[in-house]
Amino acid sequence: MTSAQFDIQLVAVMTAAACALPGSFLILRKMGMMTDAISHAILPGIVVGFFLTENLSSPFLVIAAAATGVLTVFLVEVIRDTKLVKEDAAIGLVFPALFSIGVVLISRFAGDVHLDADVVLLGELAFAPFDRMMLFGADVGPRGLYVSGGVFLLSAAFIGAFYKELKCSTFDPALAAALGLAPGLLHYGLMSVVSMTAVAAFDVVGSILVVAMFVGPPAAAYLLTDRLPVMLGGSVGIGAACAIAGYWVAHVLDVSIAGSMAGCIGVAFGLTFLFSPERGIVASWRRRRRQKWVFAAQMLLVHLFHHEDTPEEAIENRSRHLQEHFGWTADAAEKTVDYADERDWLTVEDERLRLTSSGRDEARRVLRRGTGGARAQAPVGSMAHASARRVAEPA
Amino acid sequence: MLDYTLRTVAMGAATLGAVSGALGVYAVLRGQSLIGDAMSHAALPGIAVAYLVTQSKLPLVLMAGAAGTGWLATLAVMAIVRRSRVKYDGALALVLSVFFGIGLVLLTYIQGQPDAGQAGLDTFLFGQAAALITSDVITMAGLGAVALAGVGLFWKEFKLLAFDEAFGKSLGFPMRAIDVGLTTLTVIAIVIGLQAVGVVLMSAMIVAPAAAARQWTDRLGVMMGLSTAFGAMAGVAGALLSSATANLPTGPTIVLCATVIVAVSMLLAPHRGLVFRWYRRRQRV
Repeated sequence: MTSAQFDIQLVAVMTAAACALPGSFLILRKMGMMTDAISHAILPGIVVGFFLTENLSSPFLVIAAAATGVLTVFLVEVIRDTKLVKEDAAIGLVFPALFSIGVVLISRFAGDVHLDADVVLLGELAFAPFDRMMLFGADVGPRGLYVSGGVFLLSAAFIGAFYKELKCSTFDPALAAALGLAPGLLHYGLMSVVSMTAVAAFDVVGSILVVAMFVGPPAAAYLLTDRLPVMLGGSVGIGAACAIAGYWVAHVLDVSIAGSMAGCIGVAFGLTFLFSPERGIVASWRRRRRQKWVFAAQMLLVHLFHHEDTPEEAIENRSRHLQEHFGWTADAAEKTVDYADERDWLTVEDERLRLTSSGRDEARRVLRRGTGGARAQAPVGSMAHASARRVAEPA
Repeated sequence: MLDYTLRTVAMGAATLGAVSGALGVYAVLRGQSLIGDAMSHAALPGIAVAYLVTQSKLPLVLMAGAAGTGWLATLAVMAIVRRSRVKYDGALALVLSVFFGIGLVLLTYIQGQPDAGQAGLDTFLFGQAAALITSDVITMAGLGAVALAGVGLFWKEFKLLAFDEAFGKSLGFPMRAIDVGLTTLTVIAIVIGLQAVGVVLMSAMIVAPAAAARQWTDRLGVMMGLSTAFGAMAGVAGALLSSATANLPTGPTIVLCATVIVAVSMLLAPHRGLVFRWYRRRQRV
């Protein structure tokens, strides 16, 4: 790995981390599309700042651009508050207009300088190592690293300082207002941080892919945990991993670095969406399947318990009778018996089903408290419904 | 006054404005104004894939690819919202940026290929209305006619979907299928405009005409007519303005014209408009 490659990855990781922190709050506050609006709408700010400073790396330009981001949020709220259009339409009206102004300004007045709409849109991470930070004439590293590191520290400092307030106003806005936490101030604070981060990141990954860095890693982390600190840490980790993976994919295929990072973020989210241990598609599918068998087995136990030591026991408590009694198929009956057998709830001798003592306990527990446990709320299979109906019928 | 090129461009812009104006009505009424944003960004990988597979730059081929991934993106958003705790806005932002990223990867991959035939695919980013030729406009008009005919044919069904989906379901209408149908027509409206306005700004053409039309009326039919007209007006005005001025790109100009129409509508529309409201409040005092 050359030092240029190392620099690129370092800048990318820093940017991803800086985006992931405020991004987590945006995902929780249902404001994901605000990142898209801000990252587009800062363009006129960047252009105007550039006209005034003639310098793409001036801090004034960053401030002008970030101010445009905050202005976007403000405009969206003003338009929404007229109640003439809904909030999503307000967003959809404001940012294309501002972005258009930016593009028009660039093509009319900045045709011959280093500021072109493609770069704004797509970013140029590959050039990051060549733009060095000079301090007292000495080369102290790529400028992008200081910019992205700076916004990362800013994000971390803001969230660290107002962690409690942000948490409260995110999860319980009414309580936050009642406690006098000034949700409006926090909101604009967060939006300022998002704007600053978007400005810093636009240089690196461009205005659209920064959206992926804002929402992707936090959305993935959100599917993995219920705890806010874990979500914050997890999204920084996922973002950093995607940045590095994206770099190497781009390196091997010789394609856009920013694009491939966004692609990796997509893959990371897709994997969590499918395989998250608690909330993934696969996990919930397996849970539903398991619940079906648990429910059926519990019904069986109650049935056996009901007829135990009665004259009908010899007829009722036979495996072959289950098809008739519960309306199960032979296959379902066999699987249910196997399931209960595996759990040592019953024994099978020549088709005779006998409860074990733990099976008897389980049957009593079901009769007392209902089926399942805390997790039995989810829908169960149609077979289980059918059996429930039959069991409920008087003999 | 109108030379051939300008006439072509103006007609293309009018077509895209009218069709996106019409379909935008449903998006705005259903609170899904930003779905067009996701669809148009997601069209980029489709354009690249269509080119990679067919090695052709025929508008119809590229539009088919764009429609394919635009549609896929909408399904992805719906799946994420339905099957996870990530909300609509987050799903939208995620899907649009990831699809766009993959589109960039494919675009840069195509650009890395030795043959030179790939030139011009990146005009889809910002659109290039000035490069429209008659055959492009005919393609756009044909597809647009299909989309508008769909709106006319399923008028009642789409109206139900927009205003009372649950009621429609209770009447036995297949609301999911109707939703998919409307999504398909919206995708068509989006891809028609990509060549002229570009993926980044196309979403505005879905929101702006409909949001403007909403201010003038409470009736769906009137709103649809107005929105179509506003879209076409913005298209023609933008095309004329940008051709009359040096260095004024067409796509952004069309979007800004549409924005002006929205601003005027929000201020001056009778009953709902801000000026009207202010005047009424004064009279009451």
